[in-house]
Amino acid sequence: MRVCLWGTRGSVAASGADTARYGGNTSCVEVRGPDGSVLVLDAGTGIRRLGRALGCGVRRIDLVLTHLHMDHIQGLGFFDPLFDPEVETHLWGPASTPLDLRGRLARYLSPPLFPVHLRDMRRLILHALPAGEFALGEFRIVADRVCHPGFTVGYRIVAGGATVAYLPDHEPALGVTRFPMRADWTSGYELARDADLLVHDAQYSLGEYADHVGWGHSALDHALAFARLTRARHLVTFHHDPAHDDDDIDRLTAEAKAAVPAPCAVTAGAEGAVFELG
Amino acid sequence: MSQKPIELILMRQLASSLAMPIFLVDADGALVFYNEPAERVLGLRFEETGEMPAAEWSTLWDPTDLAGRPLAPEQVPLMIAVTERKPVHVELWIRGLDGARRRIEATAFPLMRPTNQVIGAVVLFWEPAS
Repeated sequence: MRVCLWGTRGSVAASGADTARYGGNTSCVEVRGPDGSVLVLDAGTGIRRLGRALGCGVRRIDLVLTHLHMDHIQGLGFFDPLFDPEVETHLWGPASTPLDLRGRLARYLSPPLFPVHLRDMRRLILHALPAGEFALGEFRIVADRVCHPGFTVGYRIVAGGATVAYLPDHEPALGVTRFPMRADWTSGYELARDADLLVHDAQYSLGEYADHVGWGHSALDHALAFARLTRARHLVTFHHDPAHDDDDIDRLTAEAKAAVPAPCAVTAGAEGAVFELG
Repeated sequence: MSQKPIELILMRQLASSLAMPIFLVDADGALVFYNEPAERVLGLRFEETGEMPAAEWSTLWDPTDLAGRPLAPEQVPLMIAVTERKPVHVELWIRGLDGARRRIEATAFPLMRPTNQVIGAVVLFWEPAS
C-alpha cells in the first residue's frame, strides 16, 4: 500500500512561501492498493493536483469523505476526473438525519456558491457510508464516528497486510481531565489500534488548544498520547493550523516530542510525502 | 478492549462535567458509568461498582414505587428507555449502598444514532426538595 499526502492543512488553504515545505492545501490523501486501486481520502483543495497527477489509465476512483466541512470538500469541483467520461468516481460519505449525502453536498455544489450543479457531474456516483466494515476493491475499510462537531467519521483501511488509520479532524481529549483515558473510553481507538500509519489531527500546540476546546481538533501532545495508547507504529501529524508556518510546525513538533516521549516514529505531514507500507 | 460508541463516550464526558446526578447504560442496559453527583445519591463510588450487567444493577439499589412496591428490572426507567426507545419520567424510592433510603425523581431517555440504532440510555435523577 502506498500513501501520498496531497493536502495537509486544516481549516482553510494557506499558500505562501512560509508554508511551502508542509504545504498550504487542505485535506486530501491518496492511497494506492497493491494492485493499483485508487482510494482518495477527503476532497480538500489538495485533490485538484491529485486529479491532474492521476493521468490516464485510471478508470475507477473511490473517494471517501470524513465529513462535509468546507476544508474537506472544497476541491471536489476542481477534481478533473469528475469531468472525464472515461472515469467513474464513487464518492462515499456520511449522511445526517435530516439530509442525505446528495442533499448535503448540493448545498455547496450549486449556485450561488459554485457554478456547476452536483447533478451535472454525471460520472460521480454517491453512496451513503455503510455501517460496519465494507470493501472497496482491494481495500477493507471501517468507518466510525469520532469526536468532532457534526457527523464526522474516521477511517481504518487495510490492504496488502498493512493498516492505515485516518483521523484528520479529531478531538479525543474533549472533556477528559487527564488524557488519555482507558482505551475503551477513547474516541477513535478501534480505528487506530495497532495501525502501521496513523494520520492524525495535530492542529494546535497545547497552549493553543486551551483556547480551542470543543472546536474538534487536537494538540500535538494529544496526537502523540493517542498514538501511544493505540500502539500506532508511525504517526503523521496532519491538519496543520493555517496560522502555523513551516518553522512553527518544526518547532511545535520538536516541543511536543520533547514533552511527550514519542511512542513511535513521528513525521509532520507534508504535501508530497509518500509512505510505502506492507 | 473494544471501544464504546462515540455517543456514549461524549455522554460520559458531558456527565463528568455536570452537577446533576447522571447514570449511563449501554445498548444491553449494562451500567457503564455514573458521575460523582450520582455517587452521592447511590452511596458508592463508581470505581467501586464498576460496569455491571442490567440484571445486577437494576435490583442493586432496591428500587420501589412510591407505594413501596418493588420495581422489576424492566420497570426501571433506564430499562424502559432502552427497550421501549422512549423517554420516561418517574418518582421512586431507592436504597443507597450507604443504607439510606432516598426518594428520587428520574428522567431517562434513549441515546439513538441517526440510523435509529439505540446505543444506550441516560438517566438524570435528583432528590426532590422536601
